[in-house]
Amino acid sequence: MFSSLMFIGLMANTWIAASIVAVIAGITGFFAVLRGEAFAAHAIPNGAFAGAAGAFLLGVNVIWGLAIFAIAGALGIGALGSKARHDVVTALTLVLMLGVGALFVSWSTEYAEQAYSLLFGEVYGVSSNEVWPIAGIGLVAIAAVGLAFRRLMLTSAMPEVAEARGVSVRGTEVYFLVVMALAASMTVPVVGALLMFSLMIGPAAAARSVTARPGLALALSVAIALVITWLSIALSYRTNWPLGFFVGIGGAAFYLIGLAARELGGTRARTRAA
Amino acid sequence: MTSGPLLTALLVGGIAAITSGIIGVFSVVRSQSFAGHSLADIATTGGAAAFLIGVSQFWGFLVMGIAASATMEVIGVQRRRGRDVATGVVLGGALGFAALFLYLGTLQTSTTGASFSILFGSIFVVSPDTVPGIVTAGVVTLIAVALLGRRLLLTSISPDLARARGVNVRLTGVFFLMALAITVSLSAVAIGAVLSTALLVGPAATALRVTRSPLRAVAVSAAIGLATTWLGVWLAYESYYWPPYGHGWPVSFFIVALVLAGYLLSYARRPRRALPPRSPHEGVECSPA
Repeated sequence: MFSSLMFIGLMANTWIAASIVAVIAGITGFFAVLRGEAFAAHAIPNGAFAGAAGAFLLGVNVIWGLAIFAIAGALGIGALGSKARHDVVTALTLVLMLGVGALFVSWSTEYAEQAYSLLFGEVYGVSSNEVWPIAGIGLVAIAAVGLAFRRLMLTSAMPEVAEARGVSVRGTEVYFLVVMALAASMTVPVVGALLMFSLMIGPAAAARSVTARPGLALALSVAIALVITWLSIALSYRTNWPLGFFVGIGGAAFYLIGLAARELGGTRARTRAA
Repeated sequence: MTSGPLLTALLVGGIAAITSGIIGVFSVVRSQSFAGHSLADIATTGGAAAFLIGVSQFWGFLVMGIAASATMEVIGVQRRRGRDVATGVVLGGALGFAALFLYLGTLQTSTTGASFSILFGSIFVVSPDTVPGIVTAGVVTLIAVALLGRRLLLTSISPDLARARGVNVRLTGVFFLMALAITVSLSAVAIGAVLSTALLVGPAATALRVTRSPLRAVAVSAAIGLATTWLGVWLAYESYYWPPYGHGWPVSFFIVALVLAGYLLSYARRPRRALPPRSPHEGVECSPA
C-alpha cells in the first residue's frame, strides 16, 4: 500500500490543512454565531458546492466555481438582506444557487462522483501544493477579520451605536459575508461543505455558551475547533469512519458540554448568592 | 400529458406545494426558514438510517424529524439568534450522522449517487409508494394548522400577548416545529431538499408581501406554490425537446426560478417601506415579510 514515508507525508498535509481550516472556521464561526448568521454560514458553503458543478461543466478549476458562487451568494444575501427578512433571503439565495447547480449537474456527466467528496470532504487526499493556497487564504481571512475586528464586534453587539458612530452596519455585514465566502471557497474542497459548517457553528456556539467575554470566546472557539479536528482525524483514522461524522457530533457534544457547564456554574453562583 | 410519472409528479408536487405553502406562511412569520431547511436536510439522515437497518424510509424521517425538532426546541433559547444557533448545532450534528450513514450505506451497496439524489431529488422518479405518505403528511399538517392556527399566529406575532391570554407559547412552538418536520421531511424525500425549502419559503414570503391578512396570505401562498410547481413540472417535461437533446432540464431549476421570479415580482407590484435589517430587540419581528 503506502510506503511509510509517503504516508507520513500525506498525514502531515492532512493535519496541517485541517488545522488551518479549523482556525479559519473557529474565527469566522465566532462572528457568524455572534451575529446570528448560522443560516448564512450553512448557505454559503452549500451554495458554493453547486458552483463547483458549473466549474466541472466549463472545465475550469473547481476553485473558480466555488469562489464565484460563494461570493455571489454572499453579495445576494447582503444586498437583499436589508429589504426583507434575513432568513427568507438566505433561504431563497441558497435554493437559487442549488437550483442552478442542479441544472449544471444535469448537463455534465462526471460531477456526481465528485459530489460526495465536495459535500463531506476529502481530507486525506491533500497534497503539499494544496496546503499553500489554503494557508494563504487562511491568512487573508484572519487578517480581514482582524482589521475589522472592532467594527464587527460593534455592529454585532450594538447596531444602533455603530450607526450613530458612522459605522455602516450593512457594509460590515456584506464585508463579513464575503470573508466567509472566501474562506468557504478554499476550505470546501478540503473538508467539504457540510463539515465546514459543523466546524464553524459547534465550537463557536460552545465557546459563547461558556463565556460572554469576546476575546476569550474567540480564543476558546478556535481552541475547540482545533481539538475537535485533531480528535476527529485520529478517530477517523482508527475507525475508518468518515471524518465528517466525528466533527459533526463533536461540535454538538461540545455545545452540550458548554450548556451543562453554564447551568452548573449558574446554580453554583445562585447558591453562593443565597 | 397522460404518462404515469408525469401524473405522479403533478400529484406529489401539488400536495407538497400546498402544504408547504400553508405551513410556510407560519415559518416565515416566525423567522424559522432555517429550521425548515435544516429539518429537510436532517430528514434525509433519518432516511439513510432507515435504509441501513432495513425499515421503511417513512419511519426513518418521521422519527429523525421529530427528534430533531424536539432537540432544537429544548436547546434553543426562545430568542431568534439563539434559535438559529440551536438549529445550526442540531443540523451540524445530524449532518455528521448523515456522513456516517451514507458511508456505511456505500459499504453495503456501493451506490455513489445517494448523497446526490437526496439533495436534489427528482420529482419524476417518485415511486407511487410515497404518495400515501405525502397525502398523510399533508392531511396531518392541515388538521394541525386548522386546530392551532389562531394560537400559532398569536404566539408568532406577539408571544407576550399570547402568554397573557394563557397560551403555552413553548408547547405551541414544539407542535409547530413537529408539523414543520413532518411536512418538510416528506416533501424533501419526495422532491429533494432544495425544492422542499424553495416551496416552503418562496411562495409564503411572496404572499406575505402581497397581503397582510393571514388567512389570505395562506391561500395566496398555497396558490402560488401550486402554480409554480405545476408550471415547473410542465416546463421540465417539455424541456426534453430543448438542447442539449436527450436530457431534460431539472424540475428543481424551473420551480426555483419561478418561485424566485414571483418573489421579485412582488417587489415591483407595490413598493413598501423597507424593514430595518435586523433589530437587536427581540419580539418586534411581527411585521410580515
